[in-house]
Amino acid sequence: MPTRLTEFLESEPVAAYVLLLPTIVGLAFFTLGPVLAALAISFMRWDLTSPPEWVGLGNYHAMLSLDPLSRISFVNTLYYVVVTVPVGIVLSLLLAVAMNQKIRGIVLYRTAYFLPVISSTVAVSLLWEWLYHPEYGLLNYLLGLFTLPPSKWLSDPSTAMPAIMIVSIWRGLGFNMVILLAGLQGVPQELYDAASIDGAGVRSRFLHVTLPMLSPIIFFVTVLSVISSFQVFDQTYVMTKGGPLNATTTVVFYIFRQAFEWFHMGYASALSYVLFAIILAFTLLQFRIQRSWVYYE
Amino acid sequence: MGVLRMSSLPGTVTTTARRRTRHPARLPAVGKRLAAHLVLLTGSITMVLPFAWMVSTALKGDQALMTYPPQWIPNPIAWHTFIEVFQVQPFSRYLGNSFFYALLATLGQLATCSMAGYAFARLRFPGRGTLFIMLLASLMIPYQVTMIPVFVIMKYLGWVDTFKPLVVPNWVGGAFGTFLLRQFFLSIPSELMDAAKIDGSDYYMILARIYLPLAGPALATLGVFTFMWAWNDLLGPLIYLNSPWNYTVSIGLAFFQSRRYTIWGQMMAAALISLVPIIVLFLLAQKYFVQGIATTGLRR
Repeated sequence: MPTRLTEFLESEPVAAYVLLLPTIVGLAFFTLGPVLAALAISFMRWDLTSPPEWVGLGNYHAMLSLDPLSRISFVNTLYYVVVTVPVGIVLSLLLAVAMNQKIRGIVLYRTAYFLPVISSTVAVSLLWEWLYHPEYGLLNYLLGLFTLPPSKWLSDPSTAMPAIMIVSIWRGLGFNMVILLAGLQGVPQELYDAASIDGAGVRSRFLHVTLPMLSPIIFFVTVLSVISSFQVFDQTYVMTKGGPLNATTTVVFYIFRQAFEWFHMGYASALSYVLFAIILAFTLLQFRIQRSWVYYE
Repeated sequence: MGVLRMSSLPGTVTTTARRRTRHPARLPAVGKRLAAHLVLLTGSITMVLPFAWMVSTALKGDQALMTYPPQWIPNPIAWHTFIEVFQVQPFSRYLGNSFFYALLATLGQLATCSMAGYAFARLRFPGRGTLFIMLLASLMIPYQVTMIPVFVIMKYLGWVDTFKPLVVPNWVGGAFGTFLLRQFFLSIPSELMDAAKIDGSDYYMILARIYLPLAGPALATLGVFTFMWAWNDLLGPLIYLNSPWNYTVSIGLAFFQSRRYTIWGQMMAAALISLVPIIVLFLLAQKYFVQGIATTGLRR
């Protein structure tokens, strides 16, 4: 005979809450609670050892007018996002279109493009640090073969960030390509046939069939890429430690230093909230702009 | 002369390319394929060449800097570099730690996300919609925002410099995994559930005996991704693990470089060893990687 307890546990809503218990705990203690706590901490001065001290908007004020490095880190991150996202998407679109032709060796190609995606950013960053080596690096050697002058890559403030961008774009191509390819495969062949009958060439079929049909996927990939690019950390941590002359200090790298090297928990939280607000604003902006270019059937 | 015949001969790529621009509408299938191969081949070489250089450097050992201009095939081949990696630092310990972290994280995600995914897909209860939207909204919150308060919690619990702060958050569900499994469970006919209920199964048994066995592909997708994220994770171990005995492969590698001067051969050998488990996993479960990305845009 079932007891009262088992009968209770077996009712539908109770079973649901039991199964969702870990999720509810996770949301409360690792997401929603911390989001509110981070906001509160951002109004404090706190080094984790002495009691926190309320400073109101002091951290935000310091960020905007006293600390030049915070502005530098935001400018660097913006520069990184503005270059890596569009270049990455255009190149992966080109690859996806090529992959979508009915050719042999797709699996082999896909494996090649996936190698950087699955590799850890640490291993990939070390590899590129070696490729960028100013004296013994393979890249300067290759430049020499084309009689081009060698570059100092990561050790020159003007080329360090572009060098990091190259690594990120290189690593992300396969990822975006797979999503775009899935989208391309969903475009009905009839549309291409109809366009051909109407006399559309390769270019006009791409512009008037492929692009509109693919625009929701391109939009999705753009939103994802913008969000993850704003959070760039691993590459700068491994390759440059934010240098030279702070040229590659990104926001997340700066938050990491403030919080876990200098234990400025309040200031780091304020930085993270501003980053959060910027990411949110960019995402909402893209949803607003999409109405003018994304085509939904 | 027909473009088709010309481009089917080897070495006439440029001719085809020029013709293509002149007659875009009549571009023959072969020319199009050739152009596609050209693009993909150039790209693949860019992808693979750095890794080939990694292998070559590792096999040169401490002679890596002496061979300039660069040579691709090392002479002599320094196999011992791969052994040195384990001698100059406790690299096998790092590998073990990474396995431990990745395995426990994967088990946690599979268990708790399938529970949540099933509840959202098949059970009716008050607050279902709200809770589901809250879970999806949590995807919008960058890790950096919650990182500091969560660190404070972990410090208060005395969990810093243990694996608990890395593993436990994987045992409390997650938006990606829950969403992935919910979608999959929704595609399983609910008649199966009704039949099991008539046979006297309760909701927990239905999950364990019907839904989980059918969810193999979705579980594999979530499993390979969680394993890869944990294995490659840098920021988490960097924040929580202090003693070298607890290092994972990623921080072991990142700190390898800051010692004395850089021995590039050893470094590339270490990086290569760190990649092997993930590459093996990928080759075994390539299908699930591709599906996972294509269907949900999983990214972390």
